[in-house]
Amino acid sequence: MTNDLARWQFATTSIYHFLFVPVTIGLAFLVALLQTAWYRNQGVGGPELKRVTRFFGTLLLINVAIGVVTGLVQEFEFGMNWSAYSRFVGDVFGGPLAMEGLAAFFLESTFLGLWIFGWDRLPKRVHLACIWLVAGGAMLSAMFILAANSWMQHPVGYVLNRHGQPELNNVWALFTNPTFLWGYVHVILASLVTGSLVMLAISAWYLRKQHETQAFHRTAVLSVLVLLPAIMVQMFVGNKLGEIENTYQPVKIAAAEAQWENCQPCSFSAFQIGGGNNDQTPTQVILIPHLLSILATGTWSGAVIGLNQLQKEDVAKYGPGNYIPDVFIQYWSMRVMAYLGSLIALLALWGAWLVHRGTLDRSKWFLRASLAAVVTPFVMNTAGWLLTENGRQPWIVQGLMKTINANSPSVTSTDIWISLIAFVGIYVALGAADLILMLRYARKGLDPDEGGPDESSPGTQTATPALSY
Amino acid sequence: MHLHTVWFVIVSIFWIGFFVLEGFDFGVGMLHTIVGRTDDERKLALSTIGPWWDGNEVWLIVAGAGMFAAFPGWYATMFSALYLALLLVLVSLMARGVAFEFKDKSEDLRWRATWRWAMTIGCLLIPLLLGIGLGDLLNGLPINSSHEFTGNFFDLLTPYGLWTGLTLLALCLLHGATFLKLRTTDLVRERARAVARPLGWAAIAFVVGWVVWTRSVAGGPDVPQPVEILAVLAAIFAARLAMTDHDGPAFASSAVAIAATIGSVFIDLYPNVMVSSTSAAYNLTVNNSASGNYALTVMTVVAVIFFPLVLIYQGWSFHVFRGRLKSPAQADRPVAGQPAAPPA
Repeated sequence: MTNDLARWQFATTSIYHFLFVPVTIGLAFLVALLQTAWYRNQGVGGPELKRVTRFFGTLLLINVAIGVVTGLVQEFEFGMNWSAYSRFVGDVFGGPLAMEGLAAFFLESTFLGLWIFGWDRLPKRVHLACIWLVAGGAMLSAMFILAANSWMQHPVGYVLNRHGQPELNNVWALFTNPTFLWGYVHVILASLVTGSLVMLAISAWYLRKQHETQAFHRTAVLSVLVLLPAIMVQMFVGNKLGEIENTYQPVKIAAAEAQWENCQPCSFSAFQIGGGNNDQTPTQVILIPHLLSILATGTWSGAVIGLNQLQKEDVAKYGPGNYIPDVFIQYWSMRVMAYLGSLIALLALWGAWLVHRGTLDRSKWFLRASLAAVVTPFVMNTAGWLLTENGRQPWIVQGLMKTINANSPSVTSTDIWISLIAFVGIYVALGAADLILMLRYARKGLDPDEGGPDESSPGTQTATPALSY
Repeated sequence: MHLHTVWFVIVSIFWIGFFVLEGFDFGVGMLHTIVGRTDDERKLALSTIGPWWDGNEVWLIVAGAGMFAAFPGWYATMFSALYLALLLVLVSLMARGVAFEFKDKSEDLRWRATWRWAMTIGCLLIPLLLGIGLGDLLNGLPINSSHEFTGNFFDLLTPYGLWTGLTLLALCLLHGATFLKLRTTDLVRERARAVARPLGWAAIAFVVGWVVWTRSVAGGPDVPQPVEILAVLAAIFAARLAMTDHDGPAFASSAVAIAATIGSVFIDLYPNVMVSSTSAAYNLTVNNSASGNYALTVMTVVAVIFFPLVLIYQGWSFHVFRGRLKSPAQADRPVAGQPAAPPA
């Protein structure tokens, strides 16, 4: 019970946290691109580029602020709810977290402060460097946390000490872990997709309203130009990550395909009716021959070992127990991600074609579709983490520690209920506020005022950067 | 020196840095309704910490993460033991962050008052609760042989822990007042000076009481240790200088007072990291809660590379926004070249 509650809490708070993180990483990069364009282009179209930079910069800040406070919750939660886990793995897992703080968080937060308040204070070149450091810091922090997470998926670079606890003995292994390398690229591309879809949707909204069409045409084009390569490479990288996981966590991928029996070659089912852990023979709809072999093994007729055999092998290896994660979640999170990703790839191609023809700002249907598409990255990101984290169950660290043994022995169900209710309440309020603020800023449009928000003019600030400052 | 000890020092420095930097943010948050009577004045008071408070908060993150990496046992026991206290800290951190943005988003008076309270109470609870937690490390909490906390929330409210929390609260208030004096002019600055008088006396009283009490809790010699004497002297200096126009030295003194107080908690703690009130045999120590040598070596290299960089660019950000903020009625630009550079 206590363990389940702690899991619910971690799932809720981390999924919520990761709604904001990819927006931050993606938008920071896009804002940095915009400001660079302004910096290099001050003669023609300068002021307008500066205004869109600041406009999207404000949206960035709202998300950074929520990303930071919800991230702090995540860091405390390891110790608060998962003390047995923290004690067991801190030697390996704590390192990347501390590196994240020292190398990335300080960078991000300090230069964000300098960027927000430095518009009129810093030389233009230095000010531009600030936003690039923010963007770099955001990507760097994702790197450390992904290295830590990948270690839970595929532990490397450690030995078991005399207490049977993992001890780091090769730090490079953490950062050359194949799960990490592909997982990190996957997350960065997902962030670029998310950021560019957010920017595209907002630009589309204004283009439809015919407000500041020149400025928002430029941002729409920029977002399409970032989106297209990001989503195309992402399809390849996602696929590759599936292969890697099939090597190290075969149960995860077999569950994602609801593949109970061994197969060779293996077909991919587009949909199924029924299914789940208690239904090994769901009605499969649209079977595509060989596709699962290709996805899971990278070969035309590769073999995929079914869940039933994997379960037997794990019992032989680790003792009695259920080693199969929730198959329903695996199967559908995989498909939600893949199908929505394909739709977004089509949208990006459509957009690129319109950019090529120079009619992107006038295509009513494309703008409508772009606006609707803003929901998809959040659904895909969540599905991706569900696939990864649920697929590792019952393990918290694959093969080393089970989730059931990882929560804090001294923390009671009541404690977790209290904190769960507090977090959910606050997160709902934060989410509502974030949405209202985003819509308010988005609706208000570009700030005609040229002056930067300045700490020294509190009485006259209208576009005071959001939340954290 | 063994790497445990090096990391114990590093973790202490993170906590000291957090309280010295975020301490004035808390102070400003608590005092902004006192030094600011109008919306513009309150906004000005909060603007003094605008570019910095988020970066200052990162010191708390690295303090926690540093403990996780170097002393997993300490991190695990402390964070699960202080469960509800840390929940309140997190809630306060979020309330305060949101308040920064929301307070000006509506003209409604009740709306504004609500967020002012969120800001004030958030800034009050965080140093108080963290102070209680740090005091408890030294005072001792019920911890069993497997290093698990066996008490409940009310066991955290030890008299010594509470006194430590109140001492830090008083120091943060004084630190906030000296900081406000340093960064403002005229009316707001005068009010900061006025409020610094009672705050100064309170801080001195709490620090002196805390030093006496610590001597009996920590064991060892009955005479105050050098760092404790430094804490008392710095508090006295800060209180005295806050009455004068020496804004820089006053701020430096309150910074030293906080640093010395937190520093002496850790000095008295060593080589323990958490004292068990159940049995001294169950104490968590730098030795029995630390990571292995390899992990500590790696983390030391990382700290040696990145920590100086952090100090340089955070220091630079303090330098960039060093000017005083004029009261709203007078001007909307800070005066360049004012002698007002808070140390990083």
